[in-house]
Amino acid sequence: MLKNLRRRVSGTTIAMWIIGFILLVVVIVGVVRTLMIGKYTGADWTDLFVYGISQGSVYALIALGYTMVYGILRMINFAHGDIFMAGAFFGYFTAIVFEKNGFFDSPTVDGKLVLALVVVTLVAAAGAAGLAILLERIAYRPLRRAPRLVPLITAIGASFFLEYSFLGLFGSGIKGFPEIDALKGRVSIFGVEILKTQVVVIVASFVMLIALWLFVQRSKMGKAIQAVSEDKDAAALMGINVDRSIMITFLVGGALAGAAGVLYALLFRQVYFFMGFFPGLKAFTAAVLGGIGNIAGAMVGGLFLGIAESLFPNLVLDGLGIPAPYQLKDALAFLLLVLVLIFRPTGILGERLATKKA
Amino acid sequence: MKRTSPFSWMTPVTTGLIGGVVALFLCLVGIVEASLGRYVITGIVTMGQVFVLAVYAIFAMQAAQKAAPGQDEKPAPFRTLASGAISGLMISVVLAIFVLLGQQIDLRAVFIHATPVLYDLLTFGLGVPQGIFVLLGFGILMGVLFGAMALLPSALRRSLGAGLIAVPLVAVIYSSLFSGRGLSAFQALAVFVVVGLALFLWGRYQQPVRARANALPARQQRSMRLGLWVVAILFVLALPALGTYPSEVLVITGIFVLMGLGLNIVVGYAGLLDLGYVAFFAIGAYVMAILTSPEITWFPFSGNFWIALPFAVLAATLAGVILGIPVLNMRGDYLAIVTLGFGEIIRLVALSDWLKPLIGGSNGITQIPKPVVFGFSFDNPQKLYYIVVIGCVIAAFIATRLKYSRLGRNWMAIREDEDVAQAMGIDLVRNKLMAFATGAALSGLAGALFATKLTSIYPHSFNLLVSINVLAVIIVGGLGSIPGVIIGAVALVGLPELLREFAEYRLLVYGAVLVFMMLKRPEGLLPEARRKLELHELSPDVAE
Amino acid sequence: MPPLLNARDVTKRFGGLTAVNKLNVEIEENAIHSIIGPNGAGKTTFFNCVTGFYRHEEGTVLFKGEPLDGMQPDRITREGIGRTYQNIRLFQNMTVIENVMVGYQSHLHSGWIGAVFHTRGQRDEEKRAVEEARKMLAFVGLAGRGDWMSKNLPYGDQRRLEIGRALATKPDLLLLDEPAAGMNPSETVDLMEFIKRLRSELGITVLLIEHHMQVVMSISDKVTVMDFGEKIAEGTPQEVQNNPMVIEAYLGKGATEYGTVGSH
Repeated sequence: MLKNLRRRVSGTTIAMWIIGFILLVVVIVGVVRTLMIGKYTGADWTDLFVYGISQGSVYALIALGYTMVYGILRMINFAHGDIFMAGAFFGYFTAIVFEKNGFFDSPTVDGKLVLALVVVTLVAAAGAAGLAILLERIAYRPLRRAPRLVPLITAIGASFFLEYSFLGLFGSGIKGFPEIDALKGRVSIFGVEILKTQVVVIVASFVMLIALWLFVQRSKMGKAIQAVSEDKDAAALMGINVDRSIMITFLVGGALAGAAGVLYALLFRQVYFFMGFFPGLKAFTAAVLGGIGNIAGAMVGGLFLGIAESLFPNLVLDGLGIPAPYQLKDALAFLLLVLVLIFRPTGILGERLATKKA
Repeated sequence: MKRTSPFSWMTPVTTGLIGGVVALFLCLVGIVEASLGRYVITGIVTMGQVFVLAVYAIFAMQAAQKAAPGQDEKPAPFRTLASGAISGLMISVVLAIFVLLGQQIDLRAVFIHATPVLYDLLTFGLGVPQGIFVLLGFGILMGVLFGAMALLPSALRRSLGAGLIAVPLVAVIYSSLFSGRGLSAFQALAVFVVVGLALFLWGRYQQPVRARANALPARQQRSMRLGLWVVAILFVLALPALGTYPSEVLVITGIFVLMGLGLNIVVGYAGLLDLGYVAFFAIGAYVMAILTSPEITWFPFSGNFWIALPFAVLAATLAGVILGIPVLNMRGDYLAIVTLGFGEIIRLVALSDWLKPLIGGSNGITQIPKPVVFGFSFDNPQKLYYIVVIGCVIAAFIATRLKYSRLGRNWMAIREDEDVAQAMGIDLVRNKLMAFATGAALSGLAGALFATKLTSIYPHSFNLLVSINVLAVIIVGGLGSIPGVIIGAVALVGLPELLREFAEYRLLVYGAVLVFMMLKRPEGLLPEARRKLELHELSPDVAE
Repeated sequence: MPPLLNARDVTKRFGGLTAVNKLNVEIEENAIHSIIGPNGAGKTTFFNCVTGFYRHEEGTVLFKGEPLDGMQPDRITREGIGRTYQNIRLFQNMTVIENVMVGYQSHLHSGWIGAVFHTRGQRDEEKRAVEEARKMLAFVGLAGRGDWMSKNLPYGDQRRLEIGRALATKPDLLLLDEPAAGMNPSETVDLMEFIKRLRSELGITVLLIEHHMQVVMSISDKVTVMDFGEKIAEGTPQEVQNNPMVIEAYLGKGATEYGTVGSH
């Protein structure tokens, strides 16, 4: 009996159980101690939570691009975070024009402001989508039948090429996204004081997420993309244009990332060449968390990661007596990625993909 | 009957337009402007101009070659030259449009490198409109000139090309190592002629020479090979004579060779894409620092370089095993991302205030001593170089031995087809772990050397870009190929070190190189060779 | 004497589809046993269950009386089961002889230290490995091709190499997945002779998936017929050929009837 068990359970599995258990204990101890110390008030937690949702909704938008491309090409588009960065840049340059012409000066939300923001977002989305299509055409399409690591290395190369091209073209300095007077301060929603920019970001994200959901589920093109994701050859036999479906996937993913770039810039008011790196990795984490290839999963995963990243440093690390926990928030996000890939590669809603065998 | 293949005059137009966009990109991204200060031929041509010229050359030749008829077809010199000219003109047209646009609106508000210097360069200092006409004429001229190369026999073309590439290359090395100036016109011509001629003669007489050498008796062949080895070793040993600064570049290059050899085992042999390779480099460096720096007081033990070295390697190896166990049964692309995550976690933790009392946080650790042997201190790069070379030799030795062993074959089987490898009875995790740990050990060794070289280390020296740098090195050289690692490190680490003004564009180039290599030459510059085991047989394709 | 391989009620499902349903197969030692059946009958799935690449949900596979269930594929290979693939899967960028040596690797023991320091044991072992691999190449008719890149071999030779590589693991039971696929008639005759030699010269038991009826009927001791994941007949080639169920399955007359069986 014991011999049988040893055959089934390898040493690594046991080691992983132990690691997992220790981590769980550490997290619980941290949380309990933080709550007992009571350093933060309820309002602090609410702030962090809302902040997490706004950040998470941006992650969700980026994560969709990862998940859709993964679904259709089985490839991690490492450069997707940089498409997001490019969108922020396009949005920034457009916003500067509007700012100079006084579109952002009004103290209240008016038609001019809404128009300006919509145009900024559209330009960013279009530019980012164009870049994504270009990337697919030049760098990925010729490698569609290559071994798996080849397109991944290409994508990593493309990512750095884009980052440092933007550095060269537009400079290394951090560009301050124009401040919008009408979006300063807070509003009260259901008795909770929320920053106005956060409201804008959350609402805009949810509108786009719903639009995407409808596109994929209802439109003919969306169904074609789903079919190609299922089985490229069969889809081609059914008369679906595979190249076109893949292109549309990059277009949609790129547009969402571009729009996310603008929302992110609204939220943090910073635009610079390396800004896509961490959000990109986190969005990938979100996509994995929700089950890569799964569109609803990416949305859920994005929100979850945003909230976790916002709450966890204070909630867990403070209690463990670690100074300046916010410094480790990126490390925590990566740790979450590593843990998910190790313990639950299927993600919350996904099919099992990380290890290839059942 | 001779016939001509289908040809469209649109081809050179599009080729030229793409070339124009590339040239414009190089200008706007700042590469051209940054290298205007470096003369290739003193007083005449700068590196910046060479970059623009290179675009003309590459695209005009491509356009001309596309227009050139096949071997069994009627020659079409006019069509070939005209295609070159059209593409050259198109490049100039794109640049001219940019200049004219720049006169109307302030492009600098968006593109920081759209400076007057750039406009000046593109209009040959003549301003608008005279400069524009000169630019267009120049394009046609370049197009015809480089288009004409397509008409030459291929051996001649290759020699000419090599001569042309050699001039700026030699100039860069010469100016940064010795003179600070470029070549004189005469020197440039000499380099061009010598390299061109050498390549031409080599191409022509290579086979007879090889045949002669192979016809020699076995003993003479052996002593000839030995002689070549001795020359190569003497060359490597003599390099520090170039001076302090060149030696510093050599040390950095050597450290990347060391890391490249290690990562080559992981990625090249076993096919495991490890993007967190810098983590082991960091661990090696930090262990070296903690064990030797007098700044560290909490650690009860403080030793010299030689005592710390094995611990640095051991710690990195151990870290490789510990990180490897949970991740190595993951699928390839997930493994890449997880290792990347690990690398970043280590850097972020080292940077945080949490471990600041132990490893200095963002202040790093300083005062790391140099190695000393019997009172002889390796206190300058010229001396340190030899330690790095010894490290590289050991690493290359280990890598070669492992490659041609049971373990090496198992790794390659895993790389080729994991499922089948497992069906051959190969324990995947165990074998992968060996590769991962060996790679980590070599990275730790490189990190330890890096720490002594710099005498101080900071967390930001250990970011993801180091991993990408090493990856680019081994991919350019050829995955799995040991000489390839050296070529890759020289091209991607040594050369950019010399081109200081270029530092900002290193990662841009790496990115482009990774994409380009994967698309056009995934096997690298010096592809991996397989050793013959069934020696006596005739085989058509071993050196695949 | 107990059978060499004994599959009891093996069941493998993919989502709602039952690819192998309560399959019972016994393979006697020293037999040449064939599994036939229409495409999608679950033959290759059964191979994958035996070799550990799939985990069957129910049932058990006994090899030499010991259960294999839940074992990793590499372990199962070391227990003595070798296999080939329906679509040839060689290590394409390795030489022919290296492919065979990889198969031989679990009978070598040198590790990292031996490889780096070229210990005496390691050197002897390598020499032996090359020798053995050469012999294996000669046995499968690839002598002289050892230093070729395996992807450059002609198709028929790739099949031979794949079998040679599997034989190098020194299996007691060899699973061949459609070895005659894509072969011309004379190559097929050679293959039949070759499979017989496996038994007579190496004493290996062979389990064969094959569509080529001439091969199956002339060399098999026993034939198992599968359809929709179930065993529908078993016996000597004669018995199977005359079985009305088999004829039906192949002519498709009763396809709908079996369809209902496969769907639950």
